[in-house]
Amino acid sequence: MLITAPTGAHPLADTAARFVWLVPLLPLAGFVINGLLSLLAAANPGPADPSAAGHGHHADGHGHGHDDAHGHDDPHHAARHRFAAVTSLVGPAVLLASFGLALAIFLAMRGVDMHAPYVQTLFSWMPTGDLHLDAAFQLDPLSMVMVLIITGVGSLIHIFSVGYMVDDPGYPRYFAYLNLFVFFMLVLVLGASYPVLFVGWEGVGLCSYLLIGFWFSDEANANAGKKAFIVNRIGDFGFLIAMFLMFSHFGALDFAGVAAGAEGLGLGNVIVTAICLFLFVGCTGKSAQIPLYTWLPDAMAGPTPVSALIHAATMVTAGVYLIARSATLFSLAPMAQLLVALVGGLTALFAATIGLKQWDIKKVLAYSTVSQLGYMFVGVGVGAYTAGVFHLMTHAFFKALLFLGSGSVIYAMHKAYHATHNHEDAQDMRNMGGLRAHMPVTFALMWIATLAIAGIPVFSGFFSKDEILASVFARAQHSTLADATLFGIPGTAVLFTVYVLGLCAALLTAIYMTRMMLYTFHGPNRTGEAERPHLAEAPWVMTGPLVVLGVLSLAGGWFNLPALVGFLGPVGTLEHWLEPVVGAAQLTVTHGEAAHLSHSTEYALIGAAIAIAITGILVARARCRPEALVAAKDAPVEKGIERVLLHKWFVDEGYQKAVVTPTVGVSRVVLWKGLDIGIIDGLFVNGSALLMRTLGWFGSQLQSGQVGTYAWVLVIGAVCLLSAFRIH
Amino acid sequence: MTAFLTSIGYNSWILPALLALPVVGAVLLWLHGAFVATATPEGGVARAPRTIALALFVAELVLSMGLWWSVDVNALAWQARFDMPWIPSWGIRFTLGLDGIAMMLILLTTWIMPLAVLGSWTSIRKQTHSYYALLLLLTTGMLGVFMALDLVLFYVMWEVMLIPMYLIVGVWGGERRLYAALKFFLYTMLGSLLMLVAILWIGMHNGAPDFSYDTALTAGRSATASLWLFGAFALAFAVKVPMFPFHTWLPDAHVEAPTAGSVVLAAIMLKMGTFGFVRFAIPLFPTAAMDERVRGLMIGLAVVGIVYGALVALVQPDFKKLVAYSSVSHLGFVMLGIFAMNVESMQGALMVTINHGVSTGALFLLIGMIYERRHSRLIADFGGIAKVTPIFAACLTVVSLSSIGVPGTNGFVGEFLVLLGAFKSAPTATVIAATSVIFAAAYLLWALQRIIYNPLTKPENEALTDLNWREIGLLVPLLAAIVWMGVYPKPVLAKTEAAATRLVQGVEAAMVARPSMRNR
Amino acid sequence: MLAESLVLSAVLFAIGVIGVLTRRNAIILFMCVELMLNAVNLSFVALSRLYGATGQVFVIFVMTVAAAEAAVGLAIIIAIFRHRQSVNLQNINLLRG
Repeated sequence: MLITAPTGAHPLADTAARFVWLVPLLPLAGFVINGLLSLLAAANPGPADPSAAGHGHHADGHGHGHDDAHGHDDPHHAARHRFAAVTSLVGPAVLLASFGLALAIFLAMRGVDMHAPYVQTLFSWMPTGDLHLDAAFQLDPLSMVMVLIITGVGSLIHIFSVGYMVDDPGYPRYFAYLNLFVFFMLVLVLGASYPVLFVGWEGVGLCSYLLIGFWFSDEANANAGKKAFIVNRIGDFGFLIAMFLMFSHFGALDFAGVAAGAEGLGLGNVIVTAICLFLFVGCTGKSAQIPLYTWLPDAMAGPTPVSALIHAATMVTAGVYLIARSATLFSLAPMAQLLVALVGGLTALFAATIGLKQWDIKKVLAYSTVSQLGYMFVGVGVGAYTAGVFHLMTHAFFKALLFLGSGSVIYAMHKAYHATHNHEDAQDMRNMGGLRAHMPVTFALMWIATLAIAGIPVFSGFFSKDEILASVFARAQHSTLADATLFGIPGTAVLFTVYVLGLCAALLTAIYMTRMMLYTFHGPNRTGEAERPHLAEAPWVMTGPLVVLGVLSLAGGWFNLPALVGFLGPVGTLEHWLEPVVGAAQLTVTHGEAAHLSHSTEYALIGAAIAIAITGILVARARCRPEALVAAKDAPVEKGIERVLLHKWFVDEGYQKAVVTPTVGVSRVVLWKGLDIGIIDGLFVNGSALLMRTLGWFGSQLQSGQVGTYAWVLVIGAVCLLSAFRIH
Repeated sequence: MTAFLTSIGYNSWILPALLALPVVGAVLLWLHGAFVATATPEGGVARAPRTIALALFVAELVLSMGLWWSVDVNALAWQARFDMPWIPSWGIRFTLGLDGIAMMLILLTTWIMPLAVLGSWTSIRKQTHSYYALLLLLTTGMLGVFMALDLVLFYVMWEVMLIPMYLIVGVWGGERRLYAALKFFLYTMLGSLLMLVAILWIGMHNGAPDFSYDTALTAGRSATASLWLFGAFALAFAVKVPMFPFHTWLPDAHVEAPTAGSVVLAAIMLKMGTFGFVRFAIPLFPTAAMDERVRGLMIGLAVVGIVYGALVALVQPDFKKLVAYSSVSHLGFVMLGIFAMNVESMQGALMVTINHGVSTGALFLLIGMIYERRHSRLIADFGGIAKVTPIFAACLTVVSLSSIGVPGTNGFVGEFLVLLGAFKSAPTATVIAATSVIFAAAYLLWALQRIIYNPLTKPENEALTDLNWREIGLLVPLLAAIVWMGVYPKPVLAKTEAAATRLVQGVEAAMVARPSMRNR
Repeated sequence: MLAESLVLSAVLFAIGVIGVLTRRNAIILFMCVELMLNAVNLSFVALSRLYGATGQVFVIFVMTVAAAEAAVGLAIIIAIFRHRQSVNLQNINLLRG
């Protein structure tokens, strides 16, 4: 075996942790098997095999022909893929095995001093010159948390997918991509150096591209996939520059080496700040922050379980992980931190405003995700890394639940429309309403998640969101951030602004989530008379994972209870768990003291947060009248601010006009037609050929073939010669 | 393995054998065509020539594989050296030898050639004997360039490789083949004639005429002479690379060439240019190459080529032309890596060199396969064909990702090392060059979408058949290499490490010694 | 006497040259060439008074060659006329490259 354990003395070396390489490898094996099944079916189309006629091609026209802004999420009911049974078994099984192994490693890790990470070097990756880059995995509490979330929530979503996707002709291909995604995601969180992390970072982007465009026969889906990849690449460009800076200044690319190098430079150093800013450019791409967030709402074109796994629970939180992973660096660059927090706060509010007016249920959740990611960046931005990771975790629970719940709704809607051959949009909330009666389980679970995201006490989201806001408030008064400035504005002012942004976003979150729930589940049903009898709860294979996520959304707060509610259970579990990784960095930000707010202040903040959440719900209850809503096909066209919000502040159109069109135009007109064909080829290459031909033409004109002309030339020549002799 | 090779004296005869086999094969093919072959039925493909050619190329590949073990890449001396007098009165010798870089390129050549033949399997229908004979002669020329250790021999091989390619494009090419072939020929000649003058100057300034590489390496020259000589060599190589603004022959040649021609052109012939810089232009004239102005110009042109090639590729309607411009961009990375002049960037440049051979070669093979079925290369003529040709779509996706440089594929390793190393020497240029990661994704994914994704609207495309087993079989080694070199590039890097280090250290030493040389 | 002869020779030669250069008709051209030859002949004869009989021998040569040339040249002109119904040199440019 290739495995060597350089940290031989590490207490984890003899435990289950030595099989950590298997955790990502299992999903990779799943990818290989499912991928081969998919290609095998394509190469040998069996009799009556749907994949022979239309491999990877989704339902014949359902969802086509109306508003293109909506994704076409169509689990349809053609004959199943002939390897569907194998895929149903292999796809989720590899992930469950991974999760089991991760649990075993987690159990082994408890009680072990993890101040030094367990690094497992698989092989030497790019050894050349001064660069000694290993393909190595690093296990520490932070990556452990991430691995558990990815494999745990991932397993649930895989199981859900079995129900949701089994009738798709591209079923093995779907699971191949999904397994590959989990592999890359695990590489991302397990990598022991920035380049290995980057492998996972780009790999998840690739899988996201493939899965968004899974139903590629629809141009909108293919466009969305491409857009996601290219926008992510803009961020990756920043990540690359950050790595180049690390290597040229620290001569290292592994986490430990870079952190040591940064510590050598000290607080506020310009190099460290630059590295952090470039890393953050990468985060804005991957985690959909301003200005690169536009790909995420479009990404809803993918199948709904994909939205749950990739575009809510795991991949999009990679940026948060990256900053938590680089905690040492960020804590030394207060200016960069302020920017992260400010961008996070702005994104949280901005995306929430758009979420207010979307009609597509998945679009509401997409903007909600962007908004919640903004919260996480506020958390890690102000150096409250634990709070950021805590919110990452609770968000993974409740947002996965919301997405899967919406998937269950879409599944029911689609089945109903399919039964009556209606081509209405199965994702438009104006076509839903009153689903409470038809799908009680989904209804109840989605309310749990809604209360969690809105920040109602006891539910998981309340604890994590409150911790972030409290951290901002505390650090605005006393921290390295408060002492620093951003564009000349004092840190304290920036942080209070961020706090207010966070509160406003919390209010809007409560409003748009309640609005979504009201329009979807309450009031009268608008699906259609003929369709109504066909609306029903999804099978157990889909509702089962929802129940588990519902429990986690409800109780996720217990992973990190604040001291204030110590009577509820153990306090700060996650805080203690992550202390070896981010503890020192958090202390740097807070001048070496634990972040502290007086109890009275803390009560006031919590009271404000609860008041805002309840206000939001009440406002939505008062403003949104599901009884008054009409189905999508009869709905009036929006006007004024509603239209602006529905069209997402026209940011996409602006980017198109300001960036895409000019780039393509300049490339085509100036560079290709002008410089390449015109100047280089036309003027120089063909021009020099033309010059030679012209000179030759003049020469050939002397050869008139007429003796008379030749005689003239002869005589003139003779006269010239004679006169020349004469002169001499 | 090494012991076995030593016992048969492998190193003493392998290089001339590798040169001779294709020539002999070409002669045999011609003889076969002239005396043995019978008329092929109308519309059919003559079976004999392609079989003979494939057998010869496989033999060549098998023969050359021993180099992997027999060449000691860390040794200071030339490996597998072969030396005999050729034109003694002018001091010209037939000297061959290898270092790690040349060995890798030779293996790339002998490996790509059988795949190129398989790619032409059914598409070449006229004068097949001549076609395969020319491919064989071309191979000798290319291998000779990588092996030659005598400047005149190098020049001869350089020109030997030009003529078969000219004919392959000019006879078996597309509609504008004559224009493209002539452009290719004249462009290359323009540079190489100046190089010949420089070679003659070097050989004649040695007391007795002496054209050997090692002599040229140690000879002292004035700074001015070095600059002019470097300029002459650099022009010849820059045309071949091709560097902006000498690149416009490439899109035309690529588009018009038959599949094998495009593959060889992209995978191997472009590498002659970068190899020329690494083997000749820089080590022979290090002070000129590293002169601040010269180096600035070269890095500048490399970066312009990277971004410019990517942007122009974005708007190409013809897929082959798109790949051609993407080559300009990729080769720009190689030049950036070479002139950044540190071990990481140099190694990265060599990785990109090999990667580009694999990925772009595979891309051209794939284009050839679909062209045979659809008789079009225009992106707009396709759309949604992943539905009818899923295996083709899967292969095209993997190869495109490698070309984009997604981590886990070979493309990433090369570009990452180049940029990582270059950032140490030229940060601004590197940052500009790095933007091409965005443009590369944009042009390839956009093309990919318009070819294999989107709705299947054209009725002509509905009848397309997926790849057959021959085509899958010839793609599998390329795909395997793409993944292998992306995940575990260490063996490849290890082969070129010593040569790259020596080059960088040699240049650094020359730069240190420069002031004293001026005083002399 | 010598001077007058040479001047006459020069005048005749110049007339021949101008004729060759300006006229189009092949026959006239031909006659002009003959005029030039005879102008040269005249100067040979005149100069033979000074330098001996060699000049007169040369005149015989020139006359012989001129006769042969006339035969061949006229034959070509007749051939061209038969072919083209014209001896206008403007129309004859077979040498054009």
